[in-house]
Amino acid sequence: MQYLIDNFFSLTVTGITLGAVYALVALGYTLVYGVLRLINFAHSEVFMYGTFAALWAVQFMGGHAGASIPQVIGWIVVMFVVAMATSGLVAVGLERVAYRPLRKRNAPPLIALISAIGASFVLSELMGLRDKFAGIFGQEQNLDAYVGRARNNAGLAEILQPKPVFTLVDYQVTNVDILVVLGAFAMMIVLDQFVKRSRLGRGIRAVAQDPEAAALMGVNRDRVIQVTFLVGGVMAGAAAVLYMLRIGITRYDAGFLLGVKAFTAAVLGGIGNLRGALLGGFILGLTENYGSALVGTEWKDVVAFLLLVVILLFRPTGLLGESLGRSRA
Amino acid sequence: MNTSDSSGGTVHQRSVVRVGAPLIIAALALSACGTSGGSSGTATTGDKKCDLKIGMFGALTGPNANLGIYIHNGVKLAVDEYNAKNADCKVTIADFDSQGDPTQAPGLAKKAIDDKKIVGIVGPAFSGESKAADPLFNEAGLVTITPSATNPALAENGWKTFFRALGNDATQGPAAAKYIKDTVKSTKTFVIDDASEYGKGLADIVRKDLAAQSVGTDTVQTKQTDFGPSVTKVKASKADALFYGGYAPEAAPLIKQLRDAGWKGTFVVADGVKDQSYLDNAKSAAEGTIITCPCAPPDSAPEFATAYKKAFNTDPNTYSGEGFDSAQILLDGIAAGKDRAGMVDFVKAYDKKGVTKQLKFDAKGESAAVLVYAYKVEGGKIVSLGEIK
Repeated sequence: MQYLIDNFFSLTVTGITLGAVYALVALGYTLVYGVLRLINFAHSEVFMYGTFAALWAVQFMGGHAGASIPQVIGWIVVMFVVAMATSGLVAVGLERVAYRPLRKRNAPPLIALISAIGASFVLSELMGLRDKFAGIFGQEQNLDAYVGRARNNAGLAEILQPKPVFTLVDYQVTNVDILVVLGAFAMMIVLDQFVKRSRLGRGIRAVAQDPEAAALMGVNRDRVIQVTFLVGGVMAGAAAVLYMLRIGITRYDAGFLLGVKAFTAAVLGGIGNLRGALLGGFILGLTENYGSALVGTEWKDVVAFLLLVVILLFRPTGLLGESLGRSRA
Repeated sequence: MNTSDSSGGTVHQRSVVRVGAPLIIAALALSACGTSGGSSGTATTGDKKCDLKIGMFGALTGPNANLGIYIHNGVKLAVDEYNAKNADCKVTIADFDSQGDPTQAPGLAKKAIDDKKIVGIVGPAFSGESKAADPLFNEAGLVTITPSATNPALAENGWKTFFRALGNDATQGPAAAKYIKDTVKSTKTFVIDDASEYGKGLADIVRKDLAAQSVGTDTVQTKQTDFGPSVTKVKASKADALFYGGYAPEAAPLIKQLRDAGWKGTFVVADGVKDQSYLDNAKSAAEGTIITCPCAPPDSAPEFATAYKKAFNTDPNTYSGEGFDSAQILLDGIAAGKDRAGMVDFVKAYDKKGVTKQLKFDAKGESAAVLVYAYKVEGGKIVSLGEIK
């Protein structure tokens, strides 16, 4: 307990930065669930592709340590653009290949769930076997820097070294912490406004609320679903960049645990509810840190999932309830 | 696969130059670097059995594959040298790629036992998979010489087929503790393990030896990437040194996040982290890391280092030498006409100088000679600091 009090701010800030990543990924789960009543288990892979896109973008541009500030900003901007585009495309492609054909045939929800899990494995293993894939085209040697040691960790060049900016009681807040939190908040505000104000956002809410009525009112359901996946993917891409800036290391299976956590965050806040996903993400990040301070680091995941069980016992629909359609965002 | 293919080429040339005649047989044997042997019947010359195989059991793919591949290269070098001398009676390597995963180990062990041409196994490479596979090998009477599994408890099971070609964690642990105390001159030491058979075993020894100066302890999990809570703990403890018992995939993000958070102490790790991927991923955060290892540095066996470099175009790495020695013992057994049953006693009585040390085993199968070395990461390379005495 004393340890928790002494290191309260340190645990809080690191918990919030990680929670921000959870929250952004959780948005993807919650958006798709709101519109389709489908848990897109392959969303963790969408995130993982984002981390690699960010990594390779920096590698391609020759990112290195000790560059000037404008250059670093340039690299980070490109990272965001490339990772968000990649994750968005993977998510849209996923919907096209794994879900739309099932929807056209009116397959039961369980089938879509199995398809989701299958797609998750396929995407993950494709990344883990990318060296073999490149080998098919004889490009294994040329692309070695990108595809070599496909099942090992891959590390981002140290383009942004954390530097303490200000001290918060017991913790020195670094530039990376600030970037991660600000970046996440910016993305969340953009999404919130998009869903609330834009035409497509209105379409998303309409389909979530009542798909049939929305169709009668002339909303193109397929298009709305596609946009939903795209938006979820873009958010995962942004999360991937923030994750790479903070953790800096990814692997073909890096999405799995993070995906489970983000899904937990979405359920915690009330799946289908955008603000719930954000709240769930932050709560999960903080709980993990506080929990590991109280009962030991090895219990980190236990504490997180225990919290989920307890909350669902008392509030089966999550903290803020499930409703993409009814809530204003 | 890359490495075995390219080195296959060199052997091919060598054997063609030296022997000339059995081109087709050589090609057959070489194409069979996988599990399938070139089984053109069991030809015999004198009382020596031919077409025999040595099993290589360890992670050849997966996140810990590098360690397995370093060993595999050592084994391959030994086998190639043997085959160059005995072109009429070649030995092949059968790969058992466990990916370092204990759950896959028993299945692979059964496969190895069923292949009657296998007279001995180099491996299993890791402690976890050894614990899972070695009881089966013991039951089948198939000898295993591990060049890298260092958990002390493995030798305590009474397995008759278990041999270890290097010091275990009970020797590496105290050496690491001694180094932290005497050379790093740490007065506040923090210890973290990864809850694995290997990592926890090692960390527990360091915890015990440095109990007086310990300022904290923590456990992380394999595949974990965010170490925020552990970083906070280490920083709050004001530790001047941190010992991590675990493997490279977790050590890299751990030290990176510690350095990012401004921790300045000395990071001490053991042989599981002595891997290029640690340097590639931790980058500048890896600088100054102290690595203990019962593995001999290349300069202690220059001839081996030269031959290795020639064959694989790279310097020998962690446990390449131990892999070579382990294979050499089995090859000597094959040369002496031993089959699977006779191999156990042959290895037990073995006493010869290898490239890493005097190769001799005690009653439990532990290496009689034990040397632990210290290494340091400097300028993006792992350099030897010599033996820890």
